[in-house]
Amino acid sequence: MFLLKQKTTIPGFHLALGYTVLYLSLIVLIPLSMLFIKTSTISFSQFWSIVTAPRTLAAYRLSFGAAFIASFINIFFGFLIAWVLARYNFPGKKIVDALIDFPFALPTAVAGIALTTLYTQNGLLGQYLYKLGIQSAYSWTGVVLALIFIGLPFIVRTVEPVLQEIDAEIEDAAASLGAGRFQIFRRIIFPAVLPSLITGFSLAFARTIGEYGSVVFIAGNMPGKTEIAPLLIITKLEQFDYSGATAIALVMLIVSFILLALTNLAQWWASRRIGLN
Amino acid sequence: MSYARTESPIVRRSLIGIALIYLVLFIFLPLFIVFATALQKGIGYYFNSLADVDTIAAIKLTVITALIAVPLNLVFGVAASWAIAKFDFRGKNILLTLIDVPLSVSPVISGLIFVLLFGLQGIFGPWLREHGWRIIFAPPAIILATIFVTFPMVARELIPVMKSQGNDEEEAALTLGASGWKTFWYVTLPNIKWGLLYGVILCNARAMGEFGAVSVVSGHIRGLTNTLPLQIEILYNDYNFTAAFAAASLLAFLALFTLVIKSLVEYRFRAELNAVRKNKI
Repeated sequence: MFLLKQKTTIPGFHLALGYTVLYLSLIVLIPLSMLFIKTSTISFSQFWSIVTAPRTLAAYRLSFGAAFIASFINIFFGFLIAWVLARYNFPGKKIVDALIDFPFALPTAVAGIALTTLYTQNGLLGQYLYKLGIQSAYSWTGVVLALIFIGLPFIVRTVEPVLQEIDAEIEDAAASLGAGRFQIFRRIIFPAVLPSLITGFSLAFARTIGEYGSVVFIAGNMPGKTEIAPLLIITKLEQFDYSGATAIALVMLIVSFILLALTNLAQWWASRRIGLN
Repeated sequence: MSYARTESPIVRRSLIGIALIYLVLFIFLPLFIVFATALQKGIGYYFNSLADVDTIAAIKLTVITALIAVPLNLVFGVAASWAIAKFDFRGKNILLTLIDVPLSVSPVISGLIFVLLFGLQGIFGPWLREHGWRIIFAPPAIILATIFVTFPMVARELIPVMKSQGNDEEEAALTLGASGWKTFWYVTLPNIKWGLLYGVILCNARAMGEFGAVSVVSGHIRGLTNTLPLQIEILYNDYNFTAAFAAASLLAFLALFTLVIKSLVEYRFRAELNAVRKNKI
C-alpha cells in the first residue's frame, strides 16, 4: 500500500512511516474498531430497536439539529467577522483576532459552566432573555447557544485567509468597468469564498455534533427532550448497557463520516464550478 | 475617474459594530464570567478554594496525564510529518485522513472505545482482572483517552511547516556527509521549532482540558481519578460555584497563554515567510 513513488536521498522513510502506522493502529484504529466488533455481537433487529427507540431518536434530533442550526447561524456571523478582520482596520483588531480562537483553546467544561452561568434565569444575559420569553438555559436554545460558541472559530478561520487572498486588482477592474460594491460582492467575492464557507460549515458541524462538555451543563438533560446523544451514551454505560451505548455511538460516528464526505464532495463541486467559469 | 474601493463609512462602521457585538456576546462575556465568578468572594477565598486537597490532587493528575500524553504525541507528530512532508508515497491521502479521525469523533465515543477494550465486559477485561490490573476507572485509561483525543494535534501543525521548508537543505547536508540523525537535529529541527512549539502548546492545552473522554473512563473517585476538568464539574454540581470557577480560571489562563504563544508564532512565521518570498523575487 505505502510505496515510494520515486527514489530520494532523504533517509528514514521506513522508520518514520512504520512508526506512524504502528502508533496510529494502536491508539486510533484498533480502539475505534471496537465499535464495530461490539455492535456485531448483537443482532440487527436488536441494533435497530436501540437506535430507533423514541428516546434515542429525540437525542439524535437534538444533537444533529442544534449542531446544524448553530453552524448555520455561524456561517453568517462568522463570514461577517472574517470580512471585518480581513478588510477593515479598527483599534484593538489584533486582540480581537487573537481571541477568535478562544473557544477552541478553552476546555469544554469551563465553557459549559461559564455559558450556563451567563444564560440561566438570574444570569448576566439570561435575565433579559427570560423577560423576552426566551428560555435560554436548560432548553434547545441553550444547546444552540453553546454550539454557536464552540463552532465560531472554525468558520472564521477557514474564510478569513481566502478573503485576504482575493486580488484587489480584479475588484478595481470590475469597479472601473462600472460594477457597484454589491455587484462586485455577488460576482467576484462570494464565488471565491463559497468553497471555504462550505468547509467551515462542515468543520463546525462535525465538531459540534458530538460536543459534550460545553453542552451538558446548559442542556437540561431531560430524557426525550433536552438530552444530547453523547449523554445518552454515558447513561447507557452507567446502566452497564454496553451494546446500547455502542450502537448509539456507531450511528453517530457513521453519520458524521457521511456528512464529512458529502461536504467534501460539495466543496469539490463548488471549486470546480468556479474553475470552469 | 474615481470609483468605490471599499464600502461607505456608515456600512463599514455598522459591519464592524455587528461583528464586535457578536464577539462580545459569544467570546468576551464567557471569558469575563469565569474570572468574575472566581473572584466574587475575594482573592483570599479564591486561593483557599484552589488549595483544597481534592483540587490539588486533580491538578497533579492533570499534569501527570499531560506529561505522558504530550511527549508521546510529539514523537508521533515528528515521525508522521517526516514521512508525509519529506516523501511522496502512495496512500498518503488515506494516511492524512486517518490521522485526523480523532478530531471528528465525539469525546464521549473516544472514552467509550477504551471501556470496550479494557472495561469489565471488554475484550481484555477478564484477563486484566485475573492479573489484578486496573485500567478503566484508573489513571491508565485517563491517559490513554487523552492520548487518543490529542493524537493529531502536533502532527497537524508540523506537516504544513515541514512541507513549506522543502528538502533542499536536508539534501545539501546529506551530500556533505552528515548522517540522517545529524541532519534532523541540526538542519530540520531549527527550521520547524516554532511550529513544533505551537503544536506542543496546543496539544498540552487540549490534554489538560479534555473532559468528555476522560469523564467516561475516570470513575470520578475524588482525590484519585479526577482530573481538573472533572473536579470543576463536581464542584459545580455541588453548587460550590466560586470554587468551581476558581479551578476553571486556571484552565482559562492556560487557554489565554496558548493564544499568546499562537500569536507570537504567527508573528515569527510571517517574518520568515516574507523573507523567503523576498529572496525568491
